[in-house]
Amino acid sequence: MLRQNWWKILCVILLLYTFVAGFLGPVPARPILNETIRNYYFHIAMWFSMMILFITSLVYSIKYLRTNNHIFDIYALEYAKTGIVYGCLGLATGSAWAGFTWGAFWSNDPKQLGAVVALLIYLAYLVLRNSMTDVDKRARIGAVYNVFAFAMLFPTIWIIPRLVESLHPGGAGNPAINADGRIRIIFWPGALPGWTLLAVWITTLRIRLQLLAEQRLH
Amino acid sequence: MYKKVYALLLFLFCWLSQMALHAQDSTGQLRTVDNSSAQHIEMADKLRADGKIYVVVTVVVIILAGLILYVARLDRKISRLEKETKRG
Repeated sequence: MLRQNWWKILCVILLLYTFVAGFLGPVPARPILNETIRNYYFHIAMWFSMMILFITSLVYSIKYLRTNNHIFDIYALEYAKTGIVYGCLGLATGSAWAGFTWGAFWSNDPKQLGAVVALLIYLAYLVLRNSMTDVDKRARIGAVYNVFAFAMLFPTIWIIPRLVESLHPGGAGNPAINADGRIRIIFWPGALPGWTLLAVWITTLRIRLQLLAEQRLH
Repeated sequence: MYKKVYALLLFLFCWLSQMALHAQDSTGQLRTVDNSSAQHIEMADKLRADGKIYVVVTVVVIILAGLILYVARLDRKISRLEKETKRG
């Protein structure tokens, strides 16, 4: 599966569609946002993909805890790493977007802060793993922490920012972004699967490298 | 195991298609929310009229192509290494 090419070609096609239609396609005209609403296919896609990657990492962590199969631990670690990369990109693209629409790259907005906290928790997962030298202990404790880190995504990114006043759409007092058909036709079949497949491609490359390195050691 | 993967992919495809279909109403037109009539909202119409939007698209497609080529090259290198390790 990792070495098959069809899903990689699909990834390229979907991303090309996203990039071309994303800029040439029609979008609703919204005050303040103007054309930047096209960032939907990049910033929002990054965060959504990150959720998918973290769910995948969680599944492999749980599989490791149930079977003690070292391969699952490698998968869990690499998916978490790519998830962190996408999260950082989401933060960067969000800051760029905010610079133009909210007037500042950083506004201490609840969702911005929540996202940073969530990413820090995942970075702590990497630090925790590296603090241990015993491979099995590292994998087991890492897997348990991964479950906690995943659970923390929800209060920090999804729940608290919607309960309090926020600049982000969906926060108290703000309408939802209300993406109409013109955005959805590019986001759901194009941007989201395209970016996610790219993340999976990069992650599987890292996994294959890691497996190769371990094979050569034995 | 592969049956499960294909089943999942089929499910995902159906779900994505249905989301895309919901983007249209019964006449096949994309569901749009048009509030630009209330006030004139500035969009990049001049950029489109000048044809400069195609420069933007070309630039980002070049960047994407560069990234994809890099990842594909890495993929081929790793495949080669795996074959060598398997043989040796």
